[in-house]
Amino acid sequence: MATQKHTIVALVIDRPGVFNRIASLFRRRGFNMDSIAVGHSELPNISRVTIVVDGATTQVEQVRKQLEKNIDVVKVTDLTLRDTIIRELALIKVHANSTTRSEIIQIVDIFRAKIVDVSGDSLTVEVTGDTPKVDTLYKLLKVFGIKEVARTGCIAMTRGDNASI
Amino acid sequence: MKMTGSQILCESLIKEGVEVIFGILGGSILPLYDTLTQYPQLRHVLVRHEQAAAHAAAGYARVTGKLGVCFATSGPGATNLVTGIADAFLDSTPVVAVTGQVATPFIGKDAFQEIDIMGITLPITKHNYQITDAALVSQTVKEAFYVARSGRPGPILIDIPKDIQVDQAEFDYSARLVMPGYKPTLNGHPAQLKKAAKLISDAQKPVIIAGHGIIISEAYDELKEFAEKTQIPVISTLLGISSFPGSHVLSYGWLGMHGMAYANKAIDDADLVIAIGMRFDDRATGKVAGFAPRAKVIHIDIDPAEIGKNVRVDVPIVGDVKNVLKSMNKIIEPMIREERLRQLDELKSRHPLGVPEGDGKLLPQFVIRKIYEATRGEATVVTGVGQHQMWTAQYYTFDRHNTLVTSGGLGTMGFELPASVGAAVGRPDEAIWCIAGDGSFQMTMQELATVVQEKLNIKIAVMNNGYLGMVRQWQEMFYGKRYMATPLGCPDFVKLAEAYCIPALNVTRSEDVEPSIQKAMEHEGCFLLNFVVEPEENVYPMVPPGASLAEVMEIPRKEVLTWPRRSTL
Repeated sequence: MATQKHTIVALVIDRPGVFNRIASLFRRRGFNMDSIAVGHSELPNISRVTIVVDGATTQVEQVRKQLEKNIDVVKVTDLTLRDTIIRELALIKVHANSTTRSEIIQIVDIFRAKIVDVSGDSLTVEVTGDTPKVDTLYKLLKVFGIKEVARTGCIAMTRGDNASI
Repeated sequence: MKMTGSQILCESLIKEGVEVIFGILGGSILPLYDTLTQYPQLRHVLVRHEQAAAHAAAGYARVTGKLGVCFATSGPGATNLVTGIADAFLDSTPVVAVTGQVATPFIGKDAFQEIDIMGITLPITKHNYQITDAALVSQTVKEAFYVARSGRPGPILIDIPKDIQVDQAEFDYSARLVMPGYKPTLNGHPAQLKKAAKLISDAQKPVIIAGHGIIISEAYDELKEFAEKTQIPVISTLLGISSFPGSHVLSYGWLGMHGMAYANKAIDDADLVIAIGMRFDDRATGKVAGFAPRAKVIHIDIDPAEIGKNVRVDVPIVGDVKNVLKSMNKIIEPMIREERLRQLDELKSRHPLGVPEGDGKLLPQFVIRKIYEATRGEATVVTGVGQHQMWTAQYYTFDRHNTLVTSGGLGTMGFELPASVGAAVGRPDEAIWCIAGDGSFQMTMQELATVVQEKLNIKIAVMNNGYLGMVRQWQEMFYGKRYMATPLGCPDFVKLAEAYCIPALNVTRSEDVEPSIQKAMEHEGCFLLNFVVEPEENVYPMVPPGASLAEVMEIPRKEVLTWPRRSTL
């Protein structure tokens, strides 16, 4: 299989402590989580959680079932084998001076990323894409010297008419 | 009508059919206890340590099939409940624990007796709630009770800050629960049932493994019909003991580390395992890779997360075992397996569970057998954890449904006396037999005071061998007989009992066992028997840690003492 990474989407009731419950479950059962992203869903009082799990080290079916056992969790779906749009956003602050600035801008253009801040010896790049794209841009910018990185973790949605979950 | 949060809680408990509460009060739960004076129909049993409140609630729940309720105050009261809640969690027992909490403005300020009991109990409860508004009390209780006893039962904690206990709100219990995230599956999928029926009719050497789920779901008749119709032997788990009559012709012992050798061998040899309401605990399966290596597995359980967790499953059926067995019984054909049952009889006679010869010594197995004979296999028996627990499970033949209350999952020493308190409150018309170990008993023996105060009819039989016996056995077998910290000083249990005005006897000789049991049974009320048994008696059969069920050791042999230590427990 091309990837061992599983993208799991859960709809959870927006209540105090619900993320504590999810985090506690992962710690206690020894599940490995690559990223977790949380935000509102289209439903009132329901948050959408996207978790990327490493299938090589974790029994993904158990993750799904154990999450579903939680009474604040309404629904869980593993999107891995479906036609899915996966995106994350990263902000990368990279060293830049008069000699490197234009080269960095060229790379950023190729990735259809954006320069969102410029200062004397740095550029801040905003990039959106799936994880390999963000990783690749990061790798290319690394040679200039990275000052800071912030990534959101993945969110995901299936293509086509049907809802993902 | 407006009521206080405490009144709403009490009214809600009454609506849920609660009759008894086990607990201890303290500062943060005083308003609730003050309110209990207005509700004499809620009997309060004062225990002497909060751990006992949770165990008693569990003991009560296990024998009645109702939900057990316990109360404790904030801080140490709440943390003392933790072991009892964890025990109920691992043994799927419906318990609702109500803890007082410091008043809302003090939460998060490290106030006196403030502790984050929500965070502490998060991984050991089915769910927990902190109530932040008196108007939410009734709905929370309703939801808590529903969750605790539906699906796979489990403990729930409700934390109520002191100010919420006195705040006023309307009491309304009619609101419907809206729980989009909680929908237990109750009926087995018909296609899966059909697949299972096919496997059952094709199997040559099938076995049933009956777990605690049978008892929780009260599927006794359905299990019996299923076994009799298919002529398949019933092997139980430790917690499944008393789900099927022990002297039934199809009863075939229990499996696992100290289960019957013939049962373990039958599973090893099986071509089909029908696991019903059980979860393939490591003490039951032995080495998982060597578990029933030739068998297909049908797994029936209400908790989908248990399916495929430890053992690969060929036909999973998620549902309430009572419903599933009912549907199954309708579609299976009656079978005849004379030859198979004859082979099983022979296997049993080749690997029997014999009562060892005492040679004049007082053996614990003999004592348990005598208690069995005196009570004709009909008593409600509660045990602690250790050797005495295993001997009870082996040598007491349970013929009556749901009569063994024991701590299986958590293995909580000290469970016996407080759980007996709950069982005695739940079954007031009979004597409860509390089989204790001298080590286990000393962990919670303060509850003798509760037994006396509540006039409970509990017959306590201490298997006193002067050691933390099960650990000593492991030291003997796997740690070169180095008895680090297992020799155990005991108080004079007879004098101790007398200090509580409980009559008691020391028993040191085999010939005194029967008369002493008779004396205990004839006495109305609590009686303690201190059986001074052979100190270094071991529990056999034994599947050594890390070994498969087929490698069960039946009798002590020389090589036993040099069995290599394995890295896994």
